Amino acid sequence: MNWDDIGLKMGLEIHQQLNTKSKLFCPCPTELNDDIIDLDIKRKLRPTQSELGQIDRAAFAESKRKLNFNYQNFNYKTCLVESDDEPPHGLNEEALDLSITIASLLNMKIIDEVHTMRKQVIDGSNTGGFQRTSLIATDGFIDTPAGRVVIENLCLEEDAARRINKTNVSKKQSKNTSKNKKDFNDNNDFTTFRLDRLGIPLVEITTDPSIHHPDQIKEVAYILGQILRSTNVKRGQGTIRQDLNISIAKGSRVELKGVQNLDLIPEMAKLEVDRQQNLIKIQEELMSRGAVVEEEIHDLTEIFKNSPSKIIQSAKTVKGIVLKGFNGLIGLEIQKNRRFGTELATYAKKTGVSGIFHTDELPAYGIESDETEAMKKHLNIGENDAIVIVAHDRDVATSALEEVILRSKMAFDGVPEETRKALEDGTSEYMRPLPTQNRMYLETDIQLFKINEERIKVISSYLPELPNEKKERIIKQYSLSEDIANQIVRRGYTEDFEKIISGIQVDSITLGSFFAYSIQELKREGLNLDLIELELITNVFNLLKDNKISKDSIYEIIKEIIIRLDEKSKNHNVNDKNNDKNQDIDPEIVAQNLGLILISDDDVKDIILFVVEKNAKMIEERKMAALGPLMGMAMKELKGKADGKIVNQLLKDEIEKRV
Amino acid sequence: MGYKGSSENFLNKSDVSIGDTVLIEKNDVSYEGILLDRSEDADDGCIVLKLDSGYNIGVNINNATIGLIEKGDKPKISYKPVNIEYDDKKLDISIISTGGTVSSIIDYKTGAVHPVFTAEDLLRSNPELLDLANIDVKALYNILSENMKPEYWVNSAKSIADEVTSGADGVVVAHGTDTMHFTSAALSFMIKSPVPIVVTGAQRSSDRPSSDAHLNLINSVGAAKSEIAEVTVCMHSTLNDDYCDLHRGTKVRKMHTSRRDTFRSIDFEPLANVKEGKVSYLLNDFKKRNQEDLVLNNKIEEKVAIVKTYPGISSEIINYHIDKGYKGLLIEGTGLGHLPENLLDSIKRANQEEIAIVMTSQCIYGRVNMNVYSTGRKLLNAGIISGKDMIPEVAFVKLAWALGQSSNIEEVKNIIQTNLAGELNEKSSTKYFLN
Repeated sequence: MNWDDIGLKMGLEIHQQLNTKSKLFCPCPTELNDDIIDLDIKRKLRPTQSELGQIDRAAFAESKRKLNFNYQNFNYKTCLVESDDEPPHGLNEEALDLSITIASLLNMKIIDEVHTMRKQVIDGSNTGGFQRTSLIATDGFIDTPAGRVVIENLCLEEDAARRINKTNVSKKQSKNTSKNKKDFNDNNDFTTFRLDRLGIPLVEITTDPSIHHPDQIKEVAYILGQILRSTNVKRGQGTIRQDLNISIAKGSRVELKGVQNLDLIPEMAKLEVDRQQNLIKIQEELMSRGAVVEEEIHDLTEIFKNSPSKIIQSAKTVKGIVLKGFNGLIGLEIQKNRRFGTELATYAKKTGVSGIFHTDELPAYGIESDETEAMKKHLNIGENDAIVIVAHDRDVATSALEEVILRSKMAFDGVPEETRKALEDGTSEYMRPLPTQNRMYLETDIQLFKINEERIKVISSYLPELPNEKKERIIKQYSLSEDIANQIVRRGYTEDFEKIISGIQVDSITLGSFFAYSIQELKREGLNLDLIELELITNVFNLLKDNKISKDSIYEIIKEIIIRLDEKSKNHNVNDKNNDKNQDIDPEIVAQNLGLILISDDDVKDIILFVVEKNAKMIEERKMAALGPLMGMAMKELKGKADGKIVNQLLKDEIEKRV
Repeated sequence: MGYKGSSENFLNKSDVSIGDTVLIEKNDVSYEGILLDRSEDADDGCIVLKLDSGYNIGVNINNATIGLIEKGDKPKISYKPVNIEYDDKKLDISIISTGGTVSSIIDYKTGAVHPVFTAEDLLRSNPELLDLANIDVKALYNILSENMKPEYWVNSAKSIADEVTSGADGVVVAHGTDTMHFTSAALSFMIKSPVPIVVTGAQRSSDRPSSDAHLNLINSVGAAKSEIAEVTVCMHSTLNDDYCDLHRGTKVRKMHTSRRDTFRSIDFEPLANVKEGKVSYLLNDFKKRNQEDLVLNNKIEEKVAIVKTYPGISSEIINYHIDKGYKGLLIEGTGLGHLPENLLDSIKRANQEEIAIVMTSQCIYGRVNMNVYSTGRKLLNAGIISGKDMIPEVAFVKLAWALGQSSNIEEVKNIIQTNLAGELNEKSSTKYFLN
């Protein structure tokens, strides 16, 4: 696909948790917690007006769902601030300084005074019904191989509560009192969140939408990730989350939330382009047909009175609407395995129905063709027209069809601005409309915070080394090749590398290539590198330094140590009494067990002398030409436990003495 | 506008005002956004912009230039009008708003939560109230409850009586939570009512989606429709958005600075629970609807003070109040109702000067009994009146009201020690503590 022709524009939004001691607005720890829950609190949320006098459309869409929320609390690991029973404490200055650090690394302009805002989010992931967030810096950039990318905004915000799926909950709940268990079972419509994650500080970094190629966005995400990791941020799964903003020239901005895998970005971009292009095709077709969305909601219960369809039979009413000129378009595939009808259905589902039926797919799902025909006749539709029906309670069916009407009308505008959930196969699913600026209003419980120039100066004089600077430095300092240095930095081993090399005199390239390549190879073999501590690796290299092993054995020795550590950790539970457990992972012992300890220099000399004496005749005859055959014999005698170079040198000296 | 000094000059010179879209340029950065108001007192050279992203920021005007991009209106908060249709099958409930968190919203001038809603706005943001009753709304005050004064109790009682006279089947009073239990006690002594009077509020302001205002209001209207023709307080029972407790207005106290379930019955139990506007009665011992005719007696003596004793307290404190002409003193004594002996002379002096002194306990829970230790007996002999099992705040309000009825100290003592509105219980149940 030619991305430029279709006017592809993409931007990236990265959320990264900060590794601060405490949360953004209270003193609770910033760790997730899987202990047994101490308290469940049940809450409801209502949308409110923002300071500009409008109710936000995203918040309004959420409120229609009328969800009830269950918040899991801990007695000591969470507090009243998270449960929205105490005003927030002051802004965490450690988090503020860290975001200023990151902003400075991204060449951004720090704002003069921080105003904490409430961003309405009433899906329950925030107990207050809003996420606290503040703009810290604007207008920065990073340089990538494909050019400069503008970083628009950096915000410091609190992470949301952690959604817990129901199966997890019932397991936990079963440990609680029977009373609680009963409460829970009585109320299936509660969405459960755990408050451990709520309030962990995170920075949100937004690029401008000027990225035109899917491969570049991957590179930008990677570089931003590297910069973030050079500061005090959280590592590991779920600590960094990416959203993708994407549009094409004739389409609209769509936010794909929760992109897990950076490698999937090109595929996601392609699939979203497909979707937007198909929606535009549908728009054009509807225009040319003079299509109309009829607002009347018809009661069709009577027609389906004797329907064999189980879904229809289990519902109290069947209702339908007529979409004039939509025939064939609802069933049109707009994205891999997703039809236009899927879009209509996801809107309808927000009201609690499990799906919709439409004439492009009927008869199906147990609905017979005579029923379909009777319905078409009853509603008197033409061959270009379509019908969408919903089977449910009267009010639910009506509001579901109202949603379908809403979305069908949006089809005349082509691509609606939406927040969509990124799915694992690269497609996406409607979540809610894009939030507007009305979503934000001032958090009045927190003081405005002035950032003076002195503070910025101090922070910017202690900035951590950026990945590129780091790479250039270690190339120079340790005479490494570009590739080794690049791998070490990219994989985050610079610190380990420098720790070892500053302690022992060992060949920098040998050590460098261990971190650059061998570790990856060990990982590919399925070994868990987390088991081995840096001290053990250092000790292996100490053996090399003392000429006790050859550099070719390093890989084998470390591999054996990890295997033994792995066995140990597995046996640990069964037999905890092994007191001299460090014996068998001692590098020298391991090397000995593997027969990889080199023979000492004196022993090598003795063996060489022995070989030379034994072959004195050959030396006499062939002079220096005897080196080759004797070398072979010596190495055989040494069983490879000596460095070939040294053996060669010693042998040469001995022969020279005799000719 | 709220800008002062240098920022005011800066804005005036550029002819921009609040609500305009402006461009600020300084050094190497520029911001475009809507100019918002700022704290009225601050002259710190910062102006507030709302950016297109929705974020507010403060920009220091040092080395900055500002240019107008587009004129705009000052942002306003408003709700669509509610179409109120009278339904003669429903009861008529009056809501009287005095202010507080339950009827508050952000004030952009100070950036603080302020009571700027009218009672009608309250209804507009909670239209479901109309499902429960015909609602009439009156905004009496717009004050935070820490600014409540006895004269406001007097006027509130009058307004409530007017509503009852005009045929209201129940009255809800929206009130700040900080001094809600003072007001509920005052109303309890001032009004005998044939219909329920329910005081309610919120711990989280109405401008946030998690506000407890909605649940409390819905249930208060439910309580105002009930059979309990007393002054009650209706607030969250637990941390859940589930149901409310209905507390007797003379036996309730704010017990936590911020929790939703801050109001607790003290030395007593809630009269009822209210869930989704439906009342479940827990006790049967209350004044029933139409049991009494409306009587308003809102005379009150304002020259009354609370003195809390503490280790090392000096008799100067008591003497000060005598010298300043106070007519009554409510003492929060220690334990069973004690004061250090060095205060005895000043207590005697107060008694001689016809100042009523009532003893309650800073323990909050339990009953004072000054016969157990000698200090107590000395205090009784000095003329101190036992407040029995009254909460200090309730006894304070009752003393002010009693002094409004009579200046004769014996009569005042008689009023204080007679149960008028459920404020005194003879019996201390084991269930009355920390429930």
